[in-house]
Amino acid sequence: MADNPGKPRSFQEIILRLQTYWAEQGCAIMQPYDMEVGAGTFHPATTMRSLGSKPWAAAYVQPSRRPTDGRYGDSPNRWQHYYQYQVIIKPSPPDLQAIYLGSLKAIGIDMDLHDIRFVEDDWESPTLGAWGLGWEVWCDGMEVSQFTYFQQVGGHDCKPVSGELTYGLERLAMYVLGFDDGNEMPFNDPDAPITLTYGDVFREAEAQYARWNFDVADTDTLLQHFLDAEAECARILDAPEDDPKTGRRIVMALPAYDQCIKASHIFNLLDARGVISVTERQAYIGRVRTLAKACADAFVQTEAGGYAA
Amino acid sequence: MPDLLIELFSEEIPARMQTRAAEDLKARMTDALVEAGLTYAGAAAFSTPRRLTLTVQGLLSESPTVKEERKGPKVDAPDKAIEGFLRGAGLTRDNLEVRDDKKGQVYFASITKPGRPAAEIIAEVLEDVIRNFPWPKSMRWGAGSLRWVRPLHSILCILTDDAGEATVVDLDVDGIKAGNATEGHRFMGEGRFAVTSFEDYAAKLKRNKVVLDAEERAAHIWQDATNQAFASGLEVVEDKGLLAEVAGLVEWPVVLMGAIDEAFLGLPPEVLKTSMKEHQKFFSVRNPKTGRIERFITVANMETADQGATILAGNDRVLSARLADGAFFWENDLRVARAGMDEWIAKLENVTFERRLGSQAERITRIAALARELAPAVGADPDLAEQAAKVAKADLSSEMVYEFPELQGVMGRYYALEAGMPEDVAMAAQEHYSPLGPSDAVPTGPVSVAVALADKLDLLTGFWAIDEKPTGSKDPFALRRAALGVIRLVVENTIKLKLSGVFFEHGRKFGADQAKERIRLEAKRLRAEYENPENRESEEMHDAIKVAGEAMYQTDEASRDLVNFIQDRLKVYLRDQGIRHDVIDACLAMPNNDDLALLVKRATALSDALKTDDGENLVQGFKRANNILTQAEEKDGVEYSYGADVKFAETDEEKALFAALDTAEAQISKAMEAEDFATAMGSMARLRGPIDAFFEAVQINTDNDVIRRNRLNLLSRIRQICGQAADLTRIEG
Repeated sequence: MADNPGKPRSFQEIILRLQTYWAEQGCAIMQPYDMEVGAGTFHPATTMRSLGSKPWAAAYVQPSRRPTDGRYGDSPNRWQHYYQYQVIIKPSPPDLQAIYLGSLKAIGIDMDLHDIRFVEDDWESPTLGAWGLGWEVWCDGMEVSQFTYFQQVGGHDCKPVSGELTYGLERLAMYVLGFDDGNEMPFNDPDAPITLTYGDVFREAEAQYARWNFDVADTDTLLQHFLDAEAECARILDAPEDDPKTGRRIVMALPAYDQCIKASHIFNLLDARGVISVTERQAYIGRVRTLAKACADAFVQTEAGGYAA
Repeated sequence: MPDLLIELFSEEIPARMQTRAAEDLKARMTDALVEAGLTYAGAAAFSTPRRLTLTVQGLLSESPTVKEERKGPKVDAPDKAIEGFLRGAGLTRDNLEVRDDKKGQVYFASITKPGRPAAEIIAEVLEDVIRNFPWPKSMRWGAGSLRWVRPLHSILCILTDDAGEATVVDLDVDGIKAGNATEGHRFMGEGRFAVTSFEDYAAKLKRNKVVLDAEERAAHIWQDATNQAFASGLEVVEDKGLLAEVAGLVEWPVVLMGAIDEAFLGLPPEVLKTSMKEHQKFFSVRNPKTGRIERFITVANMETADQGATILAGNDRVLSARLADGAFFWENDLRVARAGMDEWIAKLENVTFERRLGSQAERITRIAALARELAPAVGADPDLAEQAAKVAKADLSSEMVYEFPELQGVMGRYYALEAGMPEDVAMAAQEHYSPLGPSDAVPTGPVSVAVALADKLDLLTGFWAIDEKPTGSKDPFALRRAALGVIRLVVENTIKLKLSGVFFEHGRKFGADQAKERIRLEAKRLRAEYENPENRESEEMHDAIKVAGEAMYQTDEASRDLVNFIQDRLKVYLRDQGIRHDVIDACLAMPNNDDLALLVKRATALSDALKTDDGENLVQGFKRANNILTQAEEKDGVEYSYGADVKFAETDEEKALFAALDTAEAQISKAMEAEDFATAMGSMARLRGPIDAFFEAVQINTDNDVIRRNRLNLLSRIRQICGQAADLTRIEG
């Protein structure tokens, strides 16, 4: 990529530039996880891989769903389905701040004209039993990223520590492309024969999902799904380590973690349906956390999690 | 003597922690240096978002040599004892000296601890300070195990001698080697540079766009902000906390002023101010003529070729998006408010206040009933007080208060007015949380006072009913603050209120009333089934009566305890106003001591009286009379309470005292009836002369029993008259 790449012209160009930049920094460019999640952190490439001692570097786009943020496609800056760009590097390199600033440059933010600040913002995920210290990064008063040094995940101390970066892609793109209404920003090349805006791509889906999330989703079914996922997660982890068929030791942390992700998303859906009271809320979060912790316990018993027989 | 310069350079330190961290660095380093024998002339610490800096001037270049003499075991002591002594002293046997002692020959050791160079001590001390730094929250990074607030990148540590020659202190903390270099501003600085002294360091930092001193940054921000505002005929709304925070977010402050979009100027000023401050760390800029907030001040960390135009435009857009949210909340809220706020009040049924104390809605119902009962005492219209209490917390359900909890009450007033409620009711919504501390203003409007009192009394009664009282430093529900609120509301508005009655009556709502209702229902059932004799014996009734009895007993206990708690807080309150504790005790010993306004009036009058010569001496006279009388009563086994007759008076002084007591008694009883303690105490103080003269001239214990008894009865009159306003026996001295 040239030194002065100029300003990107579309949503997808920002993603492409981030992909290129982080590939150049040595990250494995991964694809989104194929399940519904609330944030890029849920991808096992972050949650699971931040556990244990093995070095790791990955970057990926993660479509994320927050049912309560649905506005039927009418809001200029809120969608129940949105994109996060996630970078995770373990151990966190000493010049991670500088590398990060390089990524802002790569998407056309001129450091000489803007005011970039690191403002205290500690991150905590009660559902994942995880926390870290870091900042929200401000560009001219706008939050463009979250920057976190993971201290604990799934109740385990992170040793070594992973550095995690999360970009809220829509908000970042609106800023870089200069749009107040995210639905109006170009999704693909504005000179393409068929031009598509962000709204062209997502407005329809936003309306449909908002209706389903808020009013139609069957709460009894969802509750049952939650219980099923919870039970299956426990069952998977209860299985003996030694696989009788292959005779190998196979700890199934990842399939169990899929069930944890499922339970977490179903909880979000139930929350959007308004059937969870304030006191129940804490209890549900605690149940998901229990699953996440159990999965983390299992993952550190795998080779990828640093286990050595 | 050398100067020491230390800089700990890291990634961005949270603004709220910087000042304290600089102080901790200074205190811990200098304490430990002095402890190791290195005294110094002066020290100062500084902080920026990326560094903590300490300069110590005039440090000793090495610690002094210390000689110590230790007495050891006797020469003929077992080898083990001598070996132990040698190990402790770090010597061998031929270093020891034998001296004669009372008990015989004893070993003595002379230990010389040679002085050590400053650099060696500093290296040890600094490593220890870094490893044990008291950050409120700290973290690890990379593969290391060191903890710091954010990753620590470099340590600058140099000693500069009198010739200006700088030496790096040899130090390595977890792979970070101390050096003599640092860097300036993240974007405007020109790479790393070496320094030779503090002056050199501060000057080079400034050239590299870093103002080291937080106070200098704050002063610059404030000056520049007020100048820019003034130039436009406007003024910056002062906010010291925000100023300190913003000074901790920048190394090179650049003050920029921007305008708020016309579309949002209709929002309440509190909303504009809070939104700008909380989300964006902006200062509000006000038009002094209209009081409206029209512009904002933002502080950037960057000088740009376009004079901040891009930065300002970006901030402006973010602000507009934020205020659009604010306007959206405001519009939505106004719709509910104009419909009478019922929707919000209904929502509070689902909000738990405290598990055992029920929902927020239940609490409001109790407060409304109590506000109504209190209304006559505070001079409020009972209907208005009840109405105000019912809507005072409605704004807790509003979108604006959900977004900005600190606007509770303030929004309540706006919304109550929109709902068409009377001004007094709206004001009560805003004021009923007050006073929030010892210096916060106390509401004076009767409706506000009724609701504010009811709010706090319900809080206290409720938590006492479930036995959740403050202990030691633990007071999670701010009950001490609520008690002080009650005291200030009652005393500063002079409200006549007997608290024990209020606590007991209100306390019954937490359990006892339900128990009584159970009895009533059971009695009704029994009456209905009276025809059937088998049902006349009722286990349920037995049980209900037992529960109700216990509940009433507990309510009574709790209300007594709560009165004591309030009285204890009152002591603190009055002591702060300069009223002695014995004066308060003397007044607390009187009846109706749960009427705080009365109690304070009494204590103030007594305190004032004791400051006069007559008053102080009267207490002495009173105590003398009381002592003689008490002793005689104990000896004689009777109480001398009445019947002193002037006809048995022998001396002029005795007769004069009779006359003075008659006059005083008449004045005092009239004054006491009007609760005019000042006049009563004044009359008492005038008794000082006659009482002193009486004791001077008259011997109480004479052989004539009739005269003795008469005199004792006269003393009893002194005790009775002077004891009406306060229990003077409790006055010290």
